[in-house]
Amino acid sequence: MNLKPATLAQIDEVITHYPVKRSATLPLLHLIQEDAGWISKEAIEWIAQKLELQPINVYEVVTFYPMFRQKPIGRRHIKVCRTLSCALTGGYKTCEAFQKEFGCHTGEVSADGEVTIDFVECLASCGTGPVVMIDDDLHEKVDAAKAKALSDQIRKEALKK
Amino acid sequence: MSAPSQRRLIFAHIDEPGYTNDLACYLKHGGYEVMKKAFTRPPAELMDEVKKSGLRGRGGAGFPCGVKWSLVDRKSGKPIYLIVNADESEPGTFKDRYIIHQDPHQLIEGTIISCFANNVKQAYIYIRGEMPHGARILEKAIAEARAANLVGKNILGSAYSCEIYVHRGAGAYICGEETGLIESLEGKRANPRIKPPYFPAVLGLYQCPTIVNNVETLCHVKHIVDMGGEAYTKIGTPNNTGTRIFCVSGHVQRPGYYEFEAGKITMGQLLNEVCGGPLPGRTFKAVIPGGSSAKILRFGERFMGKRKVGADMVDYDWGVEDVPMDFDSLAMIGTMGGSGGVIVMDDSVNMVEALANINAFYSHESCGQCTPCREGSLWMKKITTRMVHGEAREADAALLKGVADQIPGRTICAFGEACSWPTQSFIAKFGDEFKNYHQDKKAAKPADALPLI
Repeated sequence: MNLKPATLAQIDEVITHYPVKRSATLPLLHLIQEDAGWISKEAIEWIAQKLELQPINVYEVVTFYPMFRQKPIGRRHIKVCRTLSCALTGGYKTCEAFQKEFGCHTGEVSADGEVTIDFVECLASCGTGPVVMIDDDLHEKVDAAKAKALSDQIRKEALKK
Repeated sequence: MSAPSQRRLIFAHIDEPGYTNDLACYLKHGGYEVMKKAFTRPPAELMDEVKKSGLRGRGGAGFPCGVKWSLVDRKSGKPIYLIVNADESEPGTFKDRYIIHQDPHQLIEGTIISCFANNVKQAYIYIRGEMPHGARILEKAIAEARAANLVGKNILGSAYSCEIYVHRGAGAYICGEETGLIESLEGKRANPRIKPPYFPAVLGLYQCPTIVNNVETLCHVKHIVDMGGEAYTKIGTPNNTGTRIFCVSGHVQRPGYYEFEAGKITMGQLLNEVCGGPLPGRTFKAVIPGGSSAKILRFGERFMGKRKVGADMVDYDWGVEDVPMDFDSLAMIGTMGGSGGVIVMDDSVNMVEALANINAFYSHESCGQCTPCREGSLWMKKITTRMVHGEAREADAALLKGVADQIPGRTICAFGEACSWPTQSFIAKFGDEFKNYHQDKKAAKPADALPLI
């Protein structure tokens, strides 16, 4: 595993939060996913060794929780809320708008590798639907026009890099 | 009768201009004074205040908090844990988000007071994975409080020590169920545990006695200890004490969060006056009053029966608009107050499509442990999705009901009820719409109709 020194330090610190090492499984998965972008087989084995578990104990956690991914995604992650309150205010149209903007379906990486769009369940901001999370940031009342503006912004930021 | 004005207890500083989520601002507004006062009293007295207050859990079930605390095994000699349930995931609910983002120290103070009352030395805040900023804000707030000796070892020289750590979930709704949450905190799949015989109060986290309380509930504890349990009962109505935060979403003019004394406002006042009524040119069709698993109510239906007012039994004859928004009244008319998430649907909504949306959610979120829930939620989703996108049949309503009726009571946790209640209630209230859907769907849809599935 080729993890950043800062990640390794955070990993060692977070394990001390729990009287039982196994409890650090989710925190470690989060830290490694933030560092590496996804959870590889190697990462699962590394965590298992670190926490004195069998790889299956970590693997079954990875497959259970929707936020952990076992393959790389685009540089930016767009999560559109699918659940009722957002759907009632146009969530399906918002998701469609993003797919059109980047020419890819949900769950796929766009051709330029820039984004992955996911249609996810409730993001707990139902009063300001439709809501969208782009990486860690929540965007509220995202109608088709706002989806276009956000997409333009993503493309602009990509050019800067 | 016009709607009462809001009574902001928990949300006192939410959206207040100039109010920030750092420690300095919280201290300027009298922060941690209640905790200091609490440390001078015996823990048993604090527990008694909470019991007297009648506080009911704000996570969904409405279980009395004082009773929950009194069930904790204090003789085992094992450490007692407290877990803050910040896994806010019930569709339609978005209250804890604002407490965490805008007033995190209120939650920390309520948590430390609750820990002190229950002799807890270690607390965890289990926050849902989709709130990364919320987790960072809480971690920063705890670090600030620790630096000021308000959390950690020997708090303010009281000889009492208590540590709080933030633990992030990873997108699984079932982690809101307290035993699923405990499994998740132990680093496992969030499969809920069988209970009885052992509840978390006896065997919880690491097989130690554990208290799991909702974010809002713990904030209420701070205010109860501040004003006294007796005074707290004066807010709200008997058996529904304190304030309630309603999260209104869907088809109203002003969706949002509103805090009122429990039971002092009716559904009609909330939706028509506070939220500004239906969207232009629309009328209300249905409302789900307590998060998406609560049974739906149809505008136009009447509820009749007898209820207790003081010592007397009086007749009631309510429309949906007349129902007081409290746990007991909503239970009386066959639904629940739940988590306070009010989802409103107007006459543009087709009920088959709305149910298909809900069913897709529950099918996605079933942990898969119990066959009736795993298969039942999946088939309810498949049937309703087929009705919308494929061929619909007249017999589908009966088929759906048949599936839904076989789930509740046959599962380890309450998810079985949560996933079947929408289907059961949608068909009971809008049965014709389901039976006629195969005909109705042939009609042209208005251009502005929104897809729901």
